[in-house]
Amino acid sequence: MAKRLMRGNEAIGEAAIFAGCRCYFGYPITPQNELIEYMARRMPEEGRVFIQSESELAAINMVLGASAVGARAMTSSSSPGFSLKQEGISFMAGQELPAVIVNIMRGGPGLGNIAPAQSDYFQATKGGGHGDYHTIVLAPSSGQEMVDLTIEAFRLADLYRNPAIILGDGMLGQMMEPVVFPEHMEKTEFPKEYALTGAKGRPGRFICSLILDTKEMEDHNWKLFRKYELIEKREVRYKTFKLEDADLAVVAYGTAARIAKGAIKRVREEGLRVGLIQPITLWPFPSQFIRKTSRRIKDFFVFEMSTGQMVYDVKLALEGEGRVYFHGRPGGIVTTPLELSRIISRHYYQVKKGKEK
Amino acid sequence: MKKVYARPKSFKQGISFHYCPGCGHSIIHKLIAQVIDELGIREKVIGVPPCGCAVLAYNYLDIDMVEAPHGRGAAVATGIKRVLPHNLVFSYQGDGDLAAIGTAETIHAANRSENISIFFINNAVYGMTGGQMAPTTLLGQKTSTSPAGREAKRDGYPINMCDLLATLKGAVYLERTAVNSPANIMKTKKAITRSFQIQRENQGFSLIDILSPCPTNWRMSPVESCRWIDEVMIKSYPLGVVKDATK
Repeated sequence: MAKRLMRGNEAIGEAAIFAGCRCYFGYPITPQNELIEYMARRMPEEGRVFIQSESELAAINMVLGASAVGARAMTSSSSPGFSLKQEGISFMAGQELPAVIVNIMRGGPGLGNIAPAQSDYFQATKGGGHGDYHTIVLAPSSGQEMVDLTIEAFRLADLYRNPAIILGDGMLGQMMEPVVFPEHMEKTEFPKEYALTGAKGRPGRFICSLILDTKEMEDHNWKLFRKYELIEKREVRYKTFKLEDADLAVVAYGTAARIAKGAIKRVREEGLRVGLIQPITLWPFPSQFIRKTSRRIKDFFVFEMSTGQMVYDVKLALEGEGRVYFHGRPGGIVTTPLELSRIISRHYYQVKKGKEK
Repeated sequence: MKKVYARPKSFKQGISFHYCPGCGHSIIHKLIAQVIDELGIREKVIGVPPCGCAVLAYNYLDIDMVEAPHGRGAAVATGIKRVLPHNLVFSYQGDGDLAAIGTAETIHAANRSENISIFFINNAVYGMTGGQMAPTTLLGQKTSTSPAGREAKRDGYPINMCDLLATLKGAVYLERTAVNSPANIMKTKKAITRSFQIQRENQGFSLIDILSPCPTNWRMSPVESCRWIDEVMIKSYPLGVVKDATK
C-alpha cells in the first residue's frame, strides 16, 4: 500500500478505523485535538459512532457501555483528561472489558502545559486508578508505530479482555510522518460470550465489578493477577539499536527513544560503543531482557522526558546487577540529539575512567 | 382456577429482595419487570444499575445488565444504545447518583436526546451509605450530614431534576410519580410503560422521577414514610407529567 503523510494523532484515528473500532467518544484537549477532529469526520463517513462527550468521564463511560455490548471502542485524551478517565479504566479492568485509551502526554502536574512530556508513565503502567490491576501500555515512537500499535492495542484488548493504553506525547501526536497501512486487516474472531445483546433465549447476564463477598473478591483479584502474569509472559515487546557490541545501554521509550537514537549515532561516530533498549510495551515491561543484558553490559543510561519514572522499572529489572544513571528533561522540554549525545558521552567517559581505577 | 397474579417472568426465580422493609426499590423493580413482560421486550432490554442499594438489581431482574460507575448511568446507556439502537436501554439511578455526581451525564444525555429511558429513584437521601444529605433533600430535612436539618444558605436548595431537564429541547418526556400508595404505584407503572414506548418509537430521551420511601434512613416506619411522601415530599416535588414533547 502507498505511503501516506499523516499527523500522528490522525494516524492513530485511521488505524483505529482500520482495526474495526465501531465507536469513538472524546473530549477536546491539546495536544490530541487532531484525533477527535479526525474521528468527527471519518467515523460518520464509515457509518460508525462518534460522540463529542460532555467530559472525559462521560467519554470513558460511553466506551464502557459500548464495550459491554461487544463493540470495539476507543477514547483519547491528554494528561489532565487521562486522569479523569481512570475511574472508567478501573471499572473496565474489574469488569474485564476491552477498550483502547490514547494518552497524548503533555507537561504536568495539574494543567501543566501543552508541550510533549512523559510524566504519566507511573499512572499508565501502575494501574492508574484504584484497585489491583494493570493495563497493557504500548509506547510508539513514530507515525508508523502509532499505526501498528493502535491496531495491536485493539487485538490485545480483546484477547485479554483488558483496557489497553497507547502512551504517546505531544511531539508524536503533532508530527507528520509517512505511514503505511497493512494491506488487509488480520481477522481474528473474538467470541465475546460476555457481551450483552438482550437476553434472547437465555437467562439474563450481567457485567459487574462489585463483588461483596470477600472470598469471591479475593478469587477475582487472583484471577486478574494470573491474567496479568500471562500477559507478562507472552506480550513483552522491545526494540534494540546497536546493542550488540555496546558497553553502555541507553534505555528510552517513545519520543525519548527517537532522540536517543540520534544521540547514539553521534557518539558512535566518536567511537563510543553505545546502544539502545527501547521498551515498546511499558507494561508488561521488558524486565527479563534488561536483566539478561546486564550479563554483558553493566552500565545503563535511562533517558526520559520526566524527572525519572521508568528508571525505577529499570532498577527493579536489574536487581542490583548494573549501574543505572538517569537523565531527564521534564516540563515539555524536548532535548536535542546533540545535547543528549554530549551528556551520554560525558557519562561514558566517567564510567570508563571509573573502570580504569 | 384462574391465575390473577404471578411473579413477573423477567424476575429471577427463588430469590428474595435484600431491600429493607418498606423500601421503594422492590416495588419499582417489580413494576419494571411487569412492564418488560407486558411489552414483551425481555429479549431486547439492557439495563444499567447504579451505585447504591439498587446496584444488585441484576440479582433480581432476569435481563442483561452492566453496572455503571457512580453517576455515569446515562453515559454508559448512551454507549450501549449507540451500538445497539434496536435494543431498549434503561438506566436506574438514585438521587445522589443522578442529581449530584452524575448531573453532567444526565443533562447532556437529555440534551442529545439519547433514545434511552431513565428511572430516577428519588428518596431525598443517600440510601446505601447511610442516609446522608442528597441534592434532593428537602429544606429542614434531617440527615446524617445535615443533622440540624438542611439549610439553604449552607447546603443549597433541593434540586428539582424534572424542572431542570424540562428546559432542554432534547428531553422529550418527563414525569414525576410516587410509589407510596396503590394508586400512585399504578401511575408509576404507566409512566414506565410510556417511557419504554417512547423509546421504542425512537422519540428520544425520557425520565421518570419516582418518589420512593426509604424508611430506614428516614427513621420512620413504612407507613409513616408513605404518609411523609404525601404530606411533605410531594409539596416540593409535585406529581404529574412535567413535560411531554412526544408526537
